[in-house]
Amino acid sequence: MATGQLAPSPPPGLSIARTGREGTGSWPLVDRIAFWLCWITGIGLCVTAVAIVLFMMVKGISYLHLDMLVRSPAPSAIQSQSGGILDPIVGTLIVAAIGTAIAAPIGVALAAWLSEYRRPAWLAHAVESAIEIIAGAPSVVLALFGLLIFSQGFLGFLSQTAANGAVYGRSFIAAGVVMAVLALPLIVGSVREALEQLPDRLREASYALGRTRATTIRRVLLPSIRPSIATGTVLGMGRIIGDTAIIRILLGVSLTNQGVGHLPILGALRGTGSTLTSYVYENSPAGEGNAPQKAYAAAFLLLVLVLALNGLVTWLTNAGAGERRGPRTAFRLLRFSGAQE
Amino acid sequence: MDPMMPPPVRRIALDRDPFIAPPKPIANGAAPTAVAARPRAVRAPAPIVRERMAVESVWLAYGENWVVRDVSLPVRQGEVLAMIGASGSGKTTLLRSLNRLTEVTAGAARAGRISLDGNDIHELEVNTLRRRVTMVFQQPNPFPMSIFDNVAYALAERPGRGGRRRRRSAKIESAVNDALQRAGLYDEVASDLDRSALRLSGGQQQRLCIARALAAEPEVLLLDEPCSALDPISTAIIEDLIVQLRESVAVVIVTHNLQQAFRVADHVAFMHLGELIEYGSSEQVFDRPKRDRTREYISGAFG
Amino acid sequence: MTAGRIDRRVELTLGALAVAVLAMIAAMTATVIAKGWPSFSHNGLSWFGPGGDVDTQLRAMQEAKALPGHSLYYFRAWPLIWGTLVTTLAAVLIALVISTLAAIFLTEFAPPAMRRTLDPVIRLLAGVPSVIYGLIGILAIAPWINQHLLSNSRKASVSIVVQLNGANLTTATLILIVMILPIMVAISANALAAVPPAWREGSVALGVNRWRTIWRVSLRTARPAIIAATILATARALGEAVMLGMVSGGRGFAANPLDGITFLFEPVRPLAATIFQNSDGLTIPVLAHTIYAIGAVLLVSAAMLSLAGWAAKRQLGRYGIRA
Repeated sequence: MATGQLAPSPPPGLSIARTGREGTGSWPLVDRIAFWLCWITGIGLCVTAVAIVLFMMVKGISYLHLDMLVRSPAPSAIQSQSGGILDPIVGTLIVAAIGTAIAAPIGVALAAWLSEYRRPAWLAHAVESAIEIIAGAPSVVLALFGLLIFSQGFLGFLSQTAANGAVYGRSFIAAGVVMAVLALPLIVGSVREALEQLPDRLREASYALGRTRATTIRRVLLPSIRPSIATGTVLGMGRIIGDTAIIRILLGVSLTNQGVGHLPILGALRGTGSTLTSYVYENSPAGEGNAPQKAYAAAFLLLVLVLALNGLVTWLTNAGAGERRGPRTAFRLLRFSGAQE
Repeated sequence: MDPMMPPPVRRIALDRDPFIAPPKPIANGAAPTAVAARPRAVRAPAPIVRERMAVESVWLAYGENWVVRDVSLPVRQGEVLAMIGASGSGKTTLLRSLNRLTEVTAGAARAGRISLDGNDIHELEVNTLRRRVTMVFQQPNPFPMSIFDNVAYALAERPGRGGRRRRRSAKIESAVNDALQRAGLYDEVASDLDRSALRLSGGQQQRLCIARALAAEPEVLLLDEPCSALDPISTAIIEDLIVQLRESVAVVIVTHNLQQAFRVADHVAFMHLGELIEYGSSEQVFDRPKRDRTREYISGAFG
Repeated sequence: MTAGRIDRRVELTLGALAVAVLAMIAAMTATVIAKGWPSFSHNGLSWFGPGGDVDTQLRAMQEAKALPGHSLYYFRAWPLIWGTLVTTLAAVLIALVISTLAAIFLTEFAPPAMRRTLDPVIRLLAGVPSVIYGLIGILAIAPWINQHLLSNSRKASVSIVVQLNGANLTTATLILIVMILPIMVAISANALAAVPPAWREGSVALGVNRWRTIWRVSLRTARPAIIAATILATARALGEAVMLGMVSGGRGFAANPLDGITFLFEPVRPLAATIFQNSDGLTIPVLAHTIYAIGAVLLVSAAMLSLAGWAAKRQLGRYGIRA
């Protein structure tokens, strides 16, 4: 038969059946129950997630007024009517800034060392274990440790010193440093993952041109993984802004930001204050308790921030040009981004 | 040689009695069966040939693309049916439709009738059908379990065998041993059936997959290029196996390898671009092909 | 300077950094344990045991007035430990079942459109700060439970011992489940999706229906990842201080399972929440030692869990499943 005469489709009148997926009608009862249970949990998960987000949005939008974003919390008998949340916003930004500023360089350096040098081997394994321990440690415990450190006399310049010589130990600096410890595993994990996925030929090409390992890392490897560094940093930031325990222990429970001393910036950093998380806590019935509306408003803002950071991570992950994104990366991203305090 | 001239067309020489060198003894001591050494002409025809499945005017499509057009074939127990053809000829799709595996893909369409022992397979319960018509795939895919569990996998599901895993029940154990014997793997693995199946060699894994398919005591065995990922020795063993099995199961094998089709098949179906170009006994198709297209394919003009 | 010397110096610097980080973590563990040591040494092993009301003991330390017949350090942490155990184990076990079913739904049964929308939703849920969960709990869920599930007669039946309200064991466990679900679902779904399709196809071709295929092949292959996810979730539940502090009931009470259904509504206060709620007391020496002792217990448990989870993760590569 010549090539050009193939019939393109069946003759009309022939009944055509389209197939769907395997129906469950023939399954044993146990299997059918399991099938429906899966569907129920799936739908339930959807509904729960939507309910949480919608609830927060409804409450938040009804209680968050734009002028609250620029006014400080004001002491007043009717807390629900006055004051804004400027101080907590500023506090959150300060703590996040300090935390990531400290954690990012250290995290990248550590990740580079773990990926490229790894000598001696026992040290590398010990450091990996240590990072896993931090990642899993409750943030209250990290906060306790931080308090211990910053209460030492010689670190009094980082916070206040009371009249009897006891160091207060609580300040933005203290909170920021401990937050850096909190964010460290996320950054190290993300950067290390990316470095290990870089093909060896990049390194070989650089060595073949006579470059040292240090230069290779600095000039070739790290620039190639910029999206991952950004992803790790954003993940760390997300974890920092969501934490309440460290704030409460290392920043105190005041609602406004109060500086210490006379220097403009250092004074503010040495002082105490609040962040969105501690503000929400204090205004809920668990804290002072007299302004649930403010709590909802601040919580809504916090949620929006977290959403934005999440979106940023998704965008960075998808825009990571030239990098393979396998299930392993998603695992790591979720493994770390899930532990918020 | 003028570089502008096209290279000469190669012709595959087809002897009437191709001699297959007997496979060398395998290093671990298990000797392959001797059947593979016999040239084709000496092979006795199977005693009983009865029709098991009938493919009648079948059309198959993925989406709007018809990959199988108006094909009709018989599948008989007692003989090996080889489906040959170039890539994209629809032979694999047709094979997969025989046990309704095409339904796993969403948007597949079909027309025509495929029957097993006279019953339309689309009216049978799909999982029952797939136990009567089993398939072995191109890449060996043993499950990450022990050899015993792999072979017994389908058995635990058969209704009437107790459902719950009582793997060491005498019935299942003897069925597993039986299947391993039929697949020619028993001697090599009998010492430790609890070993992980993933530690076997490629050829052994494929024979394990055949044993697994046989354990369900199917009526039809479908093989989708079972030897394409294997070395020649394993290939010879499996081809040997296929010829032995044809007495108890109807065997349909899809293969790219013309020599393999020649070695094992009793009937050959040649497909091209979805159409069944030629169907006949293997002697007839290979020696006296009726269609030009068949002749071109067999002589290697394309493919 | 030669290139080799630069490289060596960089390597040493980075190595020193690694040693510094390691030293810091070791120091953290050591100092927390050391600062808590007085509490352990004064109480011995019965620190972990039952014996009186935790709140009374903490208050005694705060007011620096020892309870009659005991030292100022007297502390029996059993109600806190019991509260931690009950909430954590219940939440993890229930979340394990739910997350496995949900992961199977996501990878096998859900229509593709639903799967695409659920992925970012789950990631979002995983990132919600715990104080927001606590807020929803204390302002919405606890009052609802108080109104609709707690009858007055039930409250009256135990009112001599403890006040029942919406902040209790059940609320805490429920919200904890919702908190740890996203990460477990995500990891399990990833692992299930990574099962080689050849195995699933082989099973289907043998006449095994889709559910049994999942049960016998996919779940079995994904088991190491599910175990790793569970360990991770346990560590998270253990360390949860804020949300539990807000909704679990504020009283260091050992909920009594012999109370029957009332058991579900009794207040508890897990270890981490205790630290969180007593953090103002860190200036008082004896109270500080006790709090650090609780912190040490938490740290050691969490460290062991983390290392176990890490070991479990390293086994994931056994069948070439990268997860």
